[in-house]
Amino acid sequence: MSLSVALRHRLPGLTLDIAFEAPPGVTTLFGRSGAGKTTVINAVAGLLRPDAGRIVSGGAVLSDSQTGIWLPPHRRRIGYVFQDARLFPHLSVRQNLTYGRWFNGGRRDADDMARILDLLGIEALLGRRPAALSGGEKQRVAIGRALLSRPRLLLLDEPMAALDEARKAEILPFIERLRDDARVPILHVSHSLSEVARLATTVIAIHDGRVVRAGPTADVLGDPEAVPTMGVRGAGALLTGRVIAHHDDGLSEIALSATRLFLPRVATAPGHTMRVRIAAQDVVLALDRPGAISALNILPATIVTLRQGQGPGVIVQLQSGQDRLLARITRRSADALGLAPGMACFGIVKSVSVAQDDIAPGPRPPRE
Amino acid sequence: MTWLTPQEIDAIALSLRVAFWATLFSLPLAILTAHALARWRFPGRQMLNGLVHLPLILPPVVTGYILLLTFGTRGPVGAFLQDHFGIVLAFRWTGAALAAAIMAFPLMVRAIRLSLDAVDPRLEQAAGTLGASRPWIFATVTLPLMLPGIITGAILAFAKAMGEFGATITFVSNIPGQTQTLPSAIYALIQVPGGESAALRLVLISVAIAMAALLLSEWLSRKAARRVAGA
Repeated sequence: MSLSVALRHRLPGLTLDIAFEAPPGVTTLFGRSGAGKTTVINAVAGLLRPDAGRIVSGGAVLSDSQTGIWLPPHRRRIGYVFQDARLFPHLSVRQNLTYGRWFNGGRRDADDMARILDLLGIEALLGRRPAALSGGEKQRVAIGRALLSRPRLLLLDEPMAALDEARKAEILPFIERLRDDARVPILHVSHSLSEVARLATTVIAIHDGRVVRAGPTADVLGDPEAVPTMGVRGAGALLTGRVIAHHDDGLSEIALSATRLFLPRVATAPGHTMRVRIAAQDVVLALDRPGAISALNILPATIVTLRQGQGPGVIVQLQSGQDRLLARITRRSADALGLAPGMACFGIVKSVSVAQDDIAPGPRPPRE
Repeated sequence: MTWLTPQEIDAIALSLRVAFWATLFSLPLAILTAHALARWRFPGRQMLNGLVHLPLILPPVVTGYILLLTFGTRGPVGAFLQDHFGIVLAFRWTGAALAAAIMAFPLMVRAIRLSLDAVDPRLEQAAGTLGASRPWIFATVTLPLMLPGIITGAILAFAKAMGEFGATITFVSNIPGQTQTLPSAIYALIQVPGGESAALRLVLISVAIAMAALLLSEWLSRKAARRVAGA
């Protein structure tokens, strides 16, 4: 099951020319606001008719401007979770959840209902009205409502944009469970790198109406050429490791391919994989292994490339075992150390500099 | 009801009957018109808007006279209805219902359109992505959400139909027991000497019915609004 999108569309002040393939798992359309992300998923849902293009989901042609095929939204079987939940105010939570079922064969699958209620933790809300729900609860119900309409694809349009930090933290684990449940491929729109690092299996970076980078999340986040799109302050590579132990002093020990990483206590249980995004500006480079230093994480690495930025900075891409790491340092430092591709060095990361937002349980490989 | 004469009782009953049928028949048409005016884009939309509102601005006598010309037994529509269906509107209570319906129509459309404008089209989009076709979206999302406006519009139209005078008397005259509605009866009574006390009784009844309709409408639409707001 995959999604293939190619479309051209002219908006006031922006011309979209987008083509990408979304494999199973979570594909995140990443870009700043106004880059055209929502237009793309509206076209996938059938809420907007692009000037030209072809959209195919799981073998079914949803729209094709060449042959004139255009399925209206209600015949696409695409679940859409909107930024603002859009629950029906005149219906109870239970009626909202079962709304889509009326129209999709009306099959009453009690297992499906029980599984989704459990997955999203919304059983206790069934009798309530949407007005009596918190923002996070509304989004969970909206996700449940979309899933219960038995979609072939789930669209998430910045489902956390309208939520405060606490509500985001409340809902993220549910979306991670949804991803690992893997029954429905997800196309997710976001402008948050933390969300990309936590959720995405594939990233499609969009800038000014065009796809500028596409690929597996670790590849895109670890690519120095993608840094301008991500923003120099936000750029950072994604590392995947396995939790070994939680120590008494509040640190967790994570095995990477080349070394061990110590981070403030993570939620993932020992034995499980997890991802962590390390911001490029938090990485210090040294040519010799430093002796007496407070930083706990010293990653042996080889320099792959150096990329000169617009300003005084240089982005250095490092290979440490199987993992890619980005470091942002000044050109002056790079010159002083004589950094060049192929050189061995050490990447130094303070444990406390890694934000909790950037740490997440790793995705399980998608089922076929 | 010893203090009401049979003629007065007839007038009240007729008015209620006229208002009831006028409201019932114009309601679906008013919902359709409001939907067309608020949501559809078609040539002649402004024309339709003007036409619907015309009875609000025209002198009621003019509206009544136009009805007589069109729906009278010799009018184009009136003759057609009589020849093919045996329906006669002029000088019958059914004609009074037609006149009342046309006079009340703009009020009804306005109230319904206001509530339709308040329905968030994004909710209708959401219903579409969940598999609902346009008619289903209308039935399950749009219509329930505009219910407060429909109730207000219906009761407003009912009250207006109860009180319609000018177009009614022009189109169907003032025949006791047949076309003499409450306002026509009051008018007839104050034309004759000694009719003032009877007229006053009917005036009081008119006030009571209008007040009851108003209170009922307030209560119903508040109830519906609470339901829609989901509290």
